[in-house]
Amino acid sequence: MSNRDITVEELANTEYKYGFVSDVEEEKIPKGLDENVVRLISEKKHEPGWMLEWRLKAYRHWITMKEPHWSNVKYSPIDYQDIIYYAAPKKKPKLNDLNEADPDLLQAFEKLGIPLAEQKRLAGVAVDAVFDSVSVATTFKEKLSELGIVFCSISEAIQNYPDLVRKYLGSVVPYTDNFFASLNSAVFSDGSFAFVPKGVRCPMELSTYFRINASETGQFERTLIVAEEGAYVSYLEGCTAPIRDTNQLHAAVVELVALDNAEIKYSTVQNWYPGDKNGKGGIYNFVTKRGACRGVNSKISWTQVETGSAITWKYPSCLLIGDNSVGEFYSVAMTNNLQQADTGTKMIHMGKNTKSTIISKGISAGRSNNSYRGQVKIARKAENARNYSQCDSLLIGDKCGAHTFPYLETNNPTAQVEHEATTSKIGADQIFYLNQRGISTEDAVRLIVNGYCKEVFKQLPMEFAVEATRLLSMSLEGSVG
Amino acid sequence: MLEIKNLHASVEGKEILKGIDLTVNIGEVHAIMGPNGSGKSTLANILAGKPEYSVTEGEVMYEGKDLLAMKPEIRAREGVFLAFQYPVELPGVNNTTFLRTALNESRKYHSQPEVGAGAFLSLLKKKMHLVEMPDTLLSRSVNEGFSGGEKKRNEILQMAVLEPRLAILDETDSGLDIDALRIVANGVNKLKSRDNATIVVTHYQRLLNYIVPDYVHVLYDGRIVKSGGKDLALELEERGYEWVKQEEIAK
Ligand SMILES: Nc1ncnc2c1ncn2[C@@H]1O[C@H](COP(=O)(O)OP(=O)(O)OP(=O)(O)O)[C@@H](O)[C@H]1O
Ligand SMILES: [Mg+2]
Repeated sequence: MSNRDITVEELANTEYKYGFVSDVEEEKIPKGLDENVVRLISEKKHEPGWMLEWRLKAYRHWITMKEPHWSNVKYSPIDYQDIIYYAAPKKKPKLNDLNEADPDLLQAFEKLGIPLAEQKRLAGVAVDAVFDSVSVATTFKEKLSELGIVFCSISEAIQNYPDLVRKYLGSVVPYTDNFFASLNSAVFSDGSFAFVPKGVRCPMELSTYFRINASETGQFERTLIVAEEGAYVSYLEGCTAPIRDTNQLHAAVVELVALDNAEIKYSTVQNWYPGDKNGKGGIYNFVTKRGACRGVNSKISWTQVETGSAITWKYPSCLLIGDNSVGEFYSVAMTNNLQQADTGTKMIHMGKNTKSTIISKGISAGRSNNSYRGQVKIARKAENARNYSQCDSLLIGDKCGAHTFPYLETNNPTAQVEHEATTSKIGADQIFYLNQRGISTEDAVRLIVNGYCKEVFKQLPMEFAVEATRLLSMSLEGSVG
Repeated sequence: MLEIKNLHASVEGKEILKGIDLTVNIGEVHAIMGPNGSGKSTLANILAGKPEYSVTEGEVMYEGKDLLAMKPEIRAREGVFLAFQYPVELPGVNNTTFLRTALNESRKYHSQPEVGAGAFLSLLKKKMHLVEMPDTLLSRSVNEGFSGGEKKRNEILQMAVLEPRLAILDETDSGLDIDALRIVANGVNKLKSRDNATIVVTHYQRLLNYIVPDYVHVLYDGRIVKSGGKDLALELEERGYEWVKQEEIAK
């Protein structure tokens, strides 16, 4: 390490590493949204009639709705007619035969560090990659299918497993749920589908990488994961996007269903392009994620590390319906420069002896704004429900903001609810102490921040935890003088 | 090794050090004593590079280099170590990770290979023995929830791991029980060699029975007003600072 002073400016100018644009030939439809566009998307995907009907119902509902503005984020109005709703790489590779894939596309994935080919590094992780709107490849398919596990793109699932999709799609997040979920239901282009049958423990992590490549394109992916009785699955999601100086919309929906004694672990490392240091460009990330613990003793656990996006609006939630079911939410949300995040969770306790844990760690640097918004609701019949929430905010510098909005509704007197919140700053004395031991200021901040996030990171699978630590360091660059 | 010349320093516009001259040679132990608020910690902090102090006059040479021009982490890697009067808590930062990071930063700086996790643990075990520190403190966050005495011991453990060339101990003895005082002092003594030097800031002559100084200096109102051998500490213990103050006023 050199003696040279690295200025804040220099560090803030460190490029977003994933900002490249891939030169893949793409097929796009014209900008704008109406019923014909919805039909066109459905047609391009050769969807059955019921799917189109569902999309149209969603669209017709969506046009009656207004964009919500209750969150603590500010942005200029989105022109929904100025967005391209479908873009796909032209040469669509045949699944299971990567050699036929567009070499530029494969190169793009390589740059992202995605082991599309069965690379040793991530051996044992099945990957589905969604590039702009279309799912490109799913690895390890055969191995999984021997166990009766389905892991493929949602488009394929609609073709090949229509009964499963019809049964569960929209069953957790109905198309009427909220503005962005309705929009997604109408125009979703692809996403992942995972189904783990009764009694099966999925032997590997399932993973999807989402990538927005084309400009002026929205990405509306739809993910559906079902774990039948006694099944277990751990699912990872990673996302990146190129640098663009216009804002791009990302409105995804994720639905999880856990039946009796089933467990789903869902981990996200979100690193969409956050915009530059003046707040130009970046992804608007408006996501609806919800899991239903339908069965007794079922468990759903959300872990998220959010470092990207210009705006994050996201509340992974659990509906604790089955008795003794468990919901968990572990979150690190980091904002820097002019990023805004309004994120948190909802834990809706309906069954008896249901338990939920919320650990939220917000980190704000630069001039960013970071809000935690969480709801814990104990229904009348939820005897002995328990919740523990801990919401910590860490401030770096004095131009950023941290806000906490906990909502609590208890309708059963046996409920036990605990909420703890702290706000701390990285103190000059802490930095000096570490400096005095030979550790640079940047590394000092990293040590403190990693320590602060430890509880969440330890929930992540090993590979992802390393990635998360690295991402956080990258996002922190330039945040201290 | 260390040469302080006419050092003036202030904080928030208030002058605290009013012309310090001090030379520390390799292999020596210097004790600095003086009443509360006389500027002992300020001097220690300035040597370590704490940002809020501004040096208004004078210079500090360390091994022939301009110490004040170096960033605090560079001073540390060059071998300047400060055992803090009030060690800082670092919630969530694992004590072992912290120590290994610190050691490796220094090693990298001196183009030495980094120490791996396994090798570091065995090294740490030895050093722990030196300050008789319980293992349980290692898996905890740095200083978080440590008792006053444990914090001080942790400072000496860090010193043992980093093996500084110039160690500045700022009231490391305060808050230690009688046994701990002996243990910590023994630790410091074992770390002492012909290749390093130590500055001990203390209020109590008792510590100097264990860590025997070559020189004792009395800091009063931002100046070193009296220097002498180890007997000066005994004299101070007997006569108090009033004596020094009166002499100052008389001047
Ligand atoms: N950061 C600061 N801001 C304002 N005043 C300060 C600061 N640091 C030190 N001082 C003042 O400078 C003077 C010297 O303080 P210093 O801590 O160096 O004394 P000391 O000799 O170490 O005393 P003690 O024996 O009590 O530890 C005191 O009057 C103190 O209040
Ligand atoms: Mg002091």
